[in-house]
Amino acid sequence: MTTTVQNSPSTSKKQGGYAAKNKTINAIVYVILAVMVVIWIFPIVWLVLQSFRGEKGKYVDYIFPHEWTFNNYVNLFTNETFPFGRWFMNTLIIAIFSCIISTLFILMVSYAFSRLRFKSRKTFLNLGLILGMFPGFMSMAAVYAIMEMLNLGQSLFALVIVYSAGAGLGYQVAKGYFDTIPRSLDEAAKIDGATRSQIFWQIILPLSKPIIVYTALTTFISPWTDYIFVSYFMKDNMDNLTVAAGLYKMLDKESVYEYFTTFCAGAVVVAIPITILFVIMQRFYVAGVTGGAVKG
Amino acid sequence: MDFLDYVQMTKGQRILYKIKSFFTGIPGAIVAFFTMVGRFLKKIFMGIAHGFQNFGSRFVKGDIGTKLSYIIMGAGNMLHGQIIKGVIFLAVEVSYFAYMIFFGIGQLSKFYCNGVMIPDEGIIQDGVLGSAVTTEIADPNDIFGVKQTVYGDNSMHILLFGVLTVLITIAFIAIYVVNTKSAYYTQEQKAMGKKPLSFGREIKMFFDERFHVTLLALPSLLLLVFTVLPIVFTIFMAFTNYDKSHQAPAKLFWWVGFDNFADVFYSNPLKSRTFGNILVWTIIWAIFATFTNYILGIIVALLINKKGIKFKSFWRTMLVITAAVPQFVTLLLMNQLLQNEGSLNLMLGTNYPFLTDPMWAKVVVIIVNIWVGVPYTMLISSGLLMNIPEDLYESARIDGANAFQQFTKITFPYIFFVTTPYLITTFVGNINNFNVIFLLTGGGPNTTEYYQAGQTDLLVTWLYKLTVNQKDYNLAAVIGIMVFLICAIGSLITFNMSKASKNEEEFS
Repeated sequence: MTTTVQNSPSTSKKQGGYAAKNKTINAIVYVILAVMVVIWIFPIVWLVLQSFRGEKGKYVDYIFPHEWTFNNYVNLFTNETFPFGRWFMNTLIIAIFSCIISTLFILMVSYAFSRLRFKSRKTFLNLGLILGMFPGFMSMAAVYAIMEMLNLGQSLFALVIVYSAGAGLGYQVAKGYFDTIPRSLDEAAKIDGATRSQIFWQIILPLSKPIIVYTALTTFISPWTDYIFVSYFMKDNMDNLTVAAGLYKMLDKESVYEYFTTFCAGAVVVAIPITILFVIMQRFYVAGVTGGAVKG
Repeated sequence: MDFLDYVQMTKGQRILYKIKSFFTGIPGAIVAFFTMVGRFLKKIFMGIAHGFQNFGSRFVKGDIGTKLSYIIMGAGNMLHGQIIKGVIFLAVEVSYFAYMIFFGIGQLSKFYCNGVMIPDEGIIQDGVLGSAVTTEIADPNDIFGVKQTVYGDNSMHILLFGVLTVLITIAFIAIYVVNTKSAYYTQEQKAMGKKPLSFGREIKMFFDERFHVTLLALPSLLLLVFTVLPIVFTIFMAFTNYDKSHQAPAKLFWWVGFDNFADVFYSNPLKSRTFGNILVWTIIWAIFATFTNYILGIIVALLINKKGIKFKSFWRTMLVITAAVPQFVTLLLMNQLLQNEGSLNLMLGTNYPFLTDPMWAKVVVIIVNIWVGVPYTMLISSGLLMNIPEDLYESARIDGANAFQQFTKITFPYIFFVTTPYLITTFVGNINNFNVIFLLTGGGPNTTEYYQAGQTDLLVTWLYKLTVNQKDYNLAAVIGIMVFLICAIGSLITFNMSKASKNEEEFS
């Protein structure tokens, strides 16, 4: 406190100094940000450039291709060894189905935990918490055995089940959202004679568009990025792979020399739609993980 | 140590105190974990005991219909006019007993077979899952003497169906109790002169008073079959010798008690060394990965949101694009860039052992993880930064606080307060961070010092390798259980700590 009083006569001089200092600080910040953007973006740019490289081979010591070509993209969809087009369709089918099922499950479970009060609610919440702490693929071998017994081993349907059966555990984010919707809405509807089911479908869900979009996008994206379950379930069944496991296969020691640039093209093809979806979703993502602490 | 002592400490002492209290908190948290488990079990047992009491008293007070439904399910409901409900109960009972007689009991009886001759190892073994050994017999019709394999019992199926039968039995008991309750309830209704509920009305209740049952039924059922059943099954596997030399269906495996745990902790030097080293690295990794991302993310967010910085959304979008590209793409890309003869070395004209030297590899995975993870924390903390009320800073400036003080006294406490749950989930997520390690280094560089693992392997990637490459399912199950315990205890400690720090730096 006292220091401010002592300094007050020289305030005007200090103001000028402060502005100049601020300018240099800003300049430094600009430089740091620019360097960061280069570091962050360089690998992505490099990937895109490699996907247009005409020269064969694994690695080259220059950034810009000597010969620009679109052949890698053509090769991606036409080569015999790696049926990328088929993988893409597989992933799309799995993603669509598991997105629909998981989104429904997540909304149902989180609504039940958030707005309904019943006897074993706390027990269920605790059990969910405990189950969530087991490593996801710890019981992979057992799940595969079950699938084989159901005659679903190595099928796309098995993957849909794997991605959506556990969806009920991912209720936290949506529950946090439902918690913020005022309870008076439910009560008013109840007085008007609506059943709990009607309240859910006709009142709460229409109010929950952001969380529905968020849930749908995250569940749609996850099959595109999962490697673990696909690689274990499909083993060497090339036809039923998804893009993540398939592209990983391209980098095998035997094929990487010939297919490296094709891999880059495939990575770009997968990355474009996912990136767009993610950019749409980022607003909801922040609200999701901070438990609705950010509003607006 | 009370609050006053704490306030009187200097900064350095406070930090030391916090570090000390973290480590002294570990035994407490472990105790807390087990008391929590104990309390949970006690609650369940009390509930069961209470249920039995009610169960008995309902029988005593019940009329002939209610008493009859203790033997023939649904009898009470049928006698009181709820025909459809009664038939459903009866159908459940009939199908359960049919399942048990034709299938379940047979599977359960093979759960623990004594005195089984194991031909390959020349021993007679107790506690085997199944008794019929796979044999090869000469095919009498085959003149070339080709032998025919006759498969015996499949231990894995016996274990799986054993667990399934137990789960089905639990479910049946639950339905059975509901049946006696329902019979007694209708009896009471009748005694009060009310008409029992019609079936249509009961169905309607599932969309109103019992809507939670409708909502939770299908998700829980799938969770039970595809998550709970496999987890229980895997936990059981940790107590068997289901490893690469006892593979179903050709070989039988048997119960070995805590031998696998003993192997991992002390009795097998190779496995216990591997476990110890990987555990230490997993924890180091989780701490570094969580906090480097967290702190750097906040700093980047602060830089972008600094007053007077232009093109904020441009800077943000550039970083977000990296986060948006699927992780397996960016990580495989990094893996290709950082090979010994990879592009980065070629471009720089150097020969750094990015991924082949143990020390380099460990540092590289942490750095690459920063590259992968910082955009996420940046996104979250920029969202939060905009939420901090501006007047807080204004009054701080009037009081003469400089930028650094504003950060440590306002910005950081605020962000820390809101993001503690996020920190806990990230920490647990990093212990389980399969992608970064597996796709970037594949756990390598490999070493013969370890049992089937490399220098940068985490517990979960080791688990994956044991499952997929080695088929040492029992060892993998032990590791899975350990990871679960670490995550549970770790989150309890941090949760307790953050509760303490919240009270101490109350932020409003």
